[in-house]
Amino acid sequence: MALLQLAEPGQSAAPHEHRLAVGIDLGTTHSLVATVRHSLPECLPGEQCGILLPSIVRYLADGSVQVGREAAEHQATDSQNTIVSVKRFMGRGLADVEAGASKQYDFVDADGMVRINTVAGVKSPVEVSAEILKVLRQRAESRLGGELVGAVITVPAYFDDAQRQATKDAARLAGLNVLRLLNEPTAAAIAYGLDNETEGTYAVFDLGGGTFDFSVLKLSRGVFEVLATSGDAALGGDDFDQALAMWLREQGGASDLPPEDSRAVLVECRRVKEALSRASAEQAHVTLSDGRELCASVTREQFEALTAKLVAKTLTPVRKALRDAHLDVEDVKGVVLVGGATRMPQIRAAVEQHFGREPLTDIDPDKVVAIGAAIQANVLAGNRRDEDDWLLLDVIPLSLGIETMGGLVEKIVTRNSTIPTAKAQEFTTYKDGQTAMAIHVVQGERELVRDCRSLARFELRGIPPMAAGAARIRVTFQVDADGLLSVSARETGSGVEASITVKPSYGLSDDEIAGMLRAGFDHADADMRMRALREQQVEAQRMIEAVQSALAVDGDLLDAAECQAIHAALNELTALNAGDDARQIKTALDAMNKLTETFAARRMDKTIRAALAGQKVDDLKV
Amino acid sequence: MRTAALSFVNPMNFSDALGDYFSLFGLPRRYAVDPATLESAYLDVQAKIHPDRYAHLPENERRIAMQWASHANEGYRVLRRPVPRARYLLHLAGIDPQIESNTAMPADFLMRQMLLREAVEEAEQDGDVATLDNLLRELRRDARTMEQSLADDFDARGDLIAATARVRQLMFLERLQEEIGSALETLEN
Repeated sequence: MALLQLAEPGQSAAPHEHRLAVGIDLGTTHSLVATVRHSLPECLPGEQCGILLPSIVRYLADGSVQVGREAAEHQATDSQNTIVSVKRFMGRGLADVEAGASKQYDFVDADGMVRINTVAGVKSPVEVSAEILKVLRQRAESRLGGELVGAVITVPAYFDDAQRQATKDAARLAGLNVLRLLNEPTAAAIAYGLDNETEGTYAVFDLGGGTFDFSVLKLSRGVFEVLATSGDAALGGDDFDQALAMWLREQGGASDLPPEDSRAVLVECRRVKEALSRASAEQAHVTLSDGRELCASVTREQFEALTAKLVAKTLTPVRKALRDAHLDVEDVKGVVLVGGATRMPQIRAAVEQHFGREPLTDIDPDKVVAIGAAIQANVLAGNRRDEDDWLLLDVIPLSLGIETMGGLVEKIVTRNSTIPTAKAQEFTTYKDGQTAMAIHVVQGERELVRDCRSLARFELRGIPPMAAGAARIRVTFQVDADGLLSVSARETGSGVEASITVKPSYGLSDDEIAGMLRAGFDHADADMRMRALREQQVEAQRMIEAVQSALAVDGDLLDAAECQAIHAALNELTALNAGDDARQIKTALDAMNKLTETFAARRMDKTIRAALAGQKVDDLKV
Repeated sequence: MRTAALSFVNPMNFSDALGDYFSLFGLPRRYAVDPATLESAYLDVQAKIHPDRYAHLPENERRIAMQWASHANEGYRVLRRPVPRARYLLHLAGIDPQIESNTAMPADFLMRQMLLREAVEEAEQDGDVATLDNLLRELRRDARTMEQSLADDFDARGDLIAATARVRQLMFLERLQEEIGSALETLEN
């Protein structure tokens, strides 16, 4: 809705109304939801009292879905239809997931993102993740007693554009309004920093179930500034389970196992791994489907030897991030440990040895990310608390560029640029009379296109025929505060405008998501439809009032024709809003939004210029 | 003609649509910049315009805030580091150091660059991380000396031709530093 009442930056338009918002940590092994209630962040438990929801989704033949513990109970017996660690498949193609040695599902190749064939049909990782998010949304709505205004969803800092977009799509599919995608280590830093009133340079070492992130942040004067981030989007606690499982199977001469047995071995190895964080030895024991017994005693030393390579693998990104931030280990005042996998003693020892100081572990590593996300969600929903006069400046983890002659990458936005960011670069044609130009957007650090991730391909057409090298094509990359990219290209040399803007999309198109959401709406009962109508009416009324007051204050920003068009649309919306057709109201609302876009932009520009000039926004009567 | 890629024209484009970076941060237009003053001005500006400060507003408005925040981030990135700052000053004066080739590189500078480049290649082939680290430090020292002279070129003498020549040399050094950085990364992986 355009043209809402402007207010002093940082304040809610309606300061007394507490708007329900949550932070969600959508993890590889488990997920959780937190909120700020009575000024305090807290994690919300499910009906069975647990806070951690296992990120496991089971599809049944009758079309029903089980999520969490219930699904976990069937992971060995119904492994093909029980999806664990779906986060590893988000935004990934078939080749990626098979390279990750996870052949436990019936994968289906699909454009952009792999799909999984289940008894209930082919499912995209986005849909599987949406099932987890739906459970957390319901949990929050029943605990908080109302509908959510929105959610902050955390993602690994090292997630690329495809993985971020997939996460955002999953949230939309779950009916959540995404206030922000927040990097997990940054979320942890918010929770930790606000709690300890910390100042200085800190690092966050975040080893989750399937992903590893390392971020360096500077905390000063209420600003959380991420200096550099690095990581490995395919390294986590799961890999430690795998390493132990490989060893156990070798020991028992059980290298070739059916999927059910492989899963049973993995589940047991996870248990042994967790036990070894407390005990110096543990017995592993699995009964296979053919009746054989797989048995071994594992000491902590053995486990550490088996996983030494994985531990060493975490230190490469650590060094890279410090180099990118122009810092030495001595410059880091403290290292915060995040993620369940950092409970392993060998990880703590490696971090302590590398930084020469004991890592900080005073917030529960399982909860700290969700808590940080909840604190930011609370602010973004407009419930700024007194202590919330802070600002977050995050970075993009991987460079973005386009393909140039010879399959080379020209970087346009370099990694660790502060977001939001916009960068433009000029290119030209290389053949006489070239009228179209293929633009291939990639992400990654390598110099060859084939070594980077392909994000989007599009074509700029309608370039007037010119001699080679005469056209000026300006390609602009805009990365928003979620770290998501949109690209536009425009020919500027000839004065004839050819331009295009694309957002990379993966797997699910906007239309597909809208279709899935609409399908839910069409099957809803009369009560639901009534509620939807009333919501539209309230929104339309709010819009009408906002436009009227904007016209009264800033009418002079419009010319006569613009003013007339807005008045006409206002009358139409008012008339429709008295009726009972929700869709018609929605259409008129959308039209009003579009019509007032420029007006809203001019008003906002005026507000920002005034803020920069040091005037209080209140004085401007906006 | 549907195929292919692009040829790359201009390695650094500054956007002037929202005004110049010095005035955005309330700083005098000169080479010497006090890092603490710049940082504090940057944080003040972000506190006023960051889209999160307008989180209660609809997407249209937040997009404008995002454009301003992008502008401020880019401005901070440019003004914070000596070479981009110098290039930006030249840009404001209408000079493109890439194209402006009225000043040739001094022979001794080029000779030294060639020797350094050979040393880097050799160390890279030998997988000699320590030597690469040393070369990187040496280059940084060279660059720092040159950056100090830039202050004289710009602020004391207003000699933009000398500044342009020096910026081009610094760009040479920077490219070599980047190459060492990626060599180190490759060796570590």
